[in-house]
Amino acid sequence: MQNTLTIAGRQFRSYFNGPVAYIVICIVLLLVGVFFWSPFFLMGRTTVREMFRLLSMTLAFAAPAITMGLIAEERRSGTLELLITMPLRESEVIVGKFLGAAGLLGVLLLCSIPYPMSVSTLGNLDWGPVLSGYVGLYLQGSAMIAIGLAASSFTENQLVAFFSSFFLCAIFVALGWLLPLLPPALVNVVQFISFDSHFESLGRGVIDTRDLFYFLSIAGFSLLLAFRALESRRWS
Amino acid sequence: MSEVMIEARNLTKRYGPQRALDSASFEVRKGEVLGFLGPNGAGKSTTMKILTCFIAPTEGTARINGHDIWEDPIGVRASIGYLPESTPLYTEMMVLEYLEFMAQMRGLKGDPARKAIKKVVEATMLGDVIGKEIRTLSKGFRQRVGIAQALVHEPPVLILDEPMSGLDPNQAIGIRDLIREIGKERTVILSTHNLAEVQVTCQRVLIIARGRIVADDTPEALSRQGGRRYVVHVDPASVEAKASLRGSKTALTSVFSGIAGIDTVREASPAADGARVFDLVASASADLRAAIFRAAVEAGLVLVELRSKGENLEQVFRELTTTAAPAAGSTGSDDENDDDEDDDEDEETK
Repeated sequence: MQNTLTIAGRQFRSYFNGPVAYIVICIVLLLVGVFFWSPFFLMGRTTVREMFRLLSMTLAFAAPAITMGLIAEERRSGTLELLITMPLRESEVIVGKFLGAAGLLGVLLLCSIPYPMSVSTLGNLDWGPVLSGYVGLYLQGSAMIAIGLAASSFTENQLVAFFSSFFLCAIFVALGWLLPLLPPALVNVVQFISFDSHFESLGRGVIDTRDLFYFLSIAGFSLLLAFRALESRRWS
Repeated sequence: MSEVMIEARNLTKRYGPQRALDSASFEVRKGEVLGFLGPNGAGKSTTMKILTCFIAPTEGTARINGHDIWEDPIGVRASIGYLPESTPLYTEMMVLEYLEFMAQMRGLKGDPARKAIKKVVEATMLGDVIGKEIRTLSKGFRQRVGIAQALVHEPPVLILDEPMSGLDPNQAIGIRDLIREIGKERTVILSTHNLAEVQVTCQRVLIIARGRIVADDTPEALSRQGGRRYVVHVDPASVEAKASLRGSKTALTSVFSGIAGIDTVREASPAADGARVFDLVASASADLRAAIFRAAVEAGLVLVELRSKGENLEQVFRELTTTAAPAAGSTGSDDENDDDEDDDEDEETK
């Protein structure tokens, strides 16, 4: 446990020692800001549902950007060998890395709070759905980070890690948009798989255990995959 | 005999059909500094990676400080300090920050950690760069940060993959003394392809070639196997003065090859002062300098220099690493040169 937190702490600090954290936060806030505020006054409603939708979409590239180097860079530079030969388990490395990236995700989401705060000054904002929306966004982001971490642990090339996890995250997000085009038999299945449907209910203020379970199991499965990838180096 | 700290049994590592390591067995005791010697790709790093539980052997096992690499990898890792090949470091961190992180990962916190870090920083002479980012440091400093990291928790076993690479001679002497000092009460394995370094640092040498251990002995005993070498400088004027020797190279070399005990004589390129230089190799370890001198005087030659290169580890290394048969099933990654001719100094020994 102690080791996990040490790794998480180092990872979190190294984000802010380099440019990664700042670049990702700036781009996300900029994109969300532009696309949220420009139609906001035309709609004339004090809601931030649209902001959550935009954040959920931008996370599909922000999460891979945060995670692409997690293991890949350590593998490339050889520090992985150093890390693995410390007296700790591979699982502690994976979970530590995950928590470090999840910490940055938390900071990223915190940075978007001025948006709903501004909205609340313009009218009566219902904070309940805002809170549950953030919970949903954090869960979805964590699942994406776990996917990115898994991608990062299979390669030593950060670009490969970025594009493969971006592709996966984008599919999970975009599946929801395809629903009207699908044959009725598939709709239920695809709806269950897509991030959108689970995130949607959380954004409305409904915290359903099925949605929590969905995101947590994706995260869990991805972390297991990352763990396996890390472990497989022993046998290659 | 002190206790066995590292015990490797039949370690084999296959990468596909290629054997990176072929049934390697050895023991290292407490208070020993063992040098792994071998050409590039011989299996030195593979062995170290197995001992540190970074990779698993295909066959065989090892125990380190009583912990089995299969059953208790965490126990193994807790017992070692490791410097991987090419010294990977978190270059965005400051030296102090890095050492703190490493100490913390080793379970050191607070006051003991501060004391331990202070100690290794002094031992590795890092005091001046403690607040600098690692990426700004020169190779020598980086190397020492890597060594400091391996030492910080005072492990009973130290595994250092090429600890001296990138160090200038002064730094190398400092690190060498440090390793010898540590080796007195703990166990050190280091790999290198610098023969001179092995002779001064290690009490025992393991020569690895094509995944096999081809020699396991003290550097002295190994160099004796290679016999002795003599370097003779002859005044060219004394050669010109003798009509029988002037034109004929063979007549000149036969002056020395006639000496009992001398196996081969080869003329090297002339010295800077114009003297003609001969390399004499003797299989026996007895000192033949007097006999060489007498032979030269009898032939009317004037010697301007006569040196004995008693240690001949280089020769032994060459023979052992180039004549060993390729490992069975090896697809042959023979990028090392196979010339058995005893020509100029091996590049690797520089």
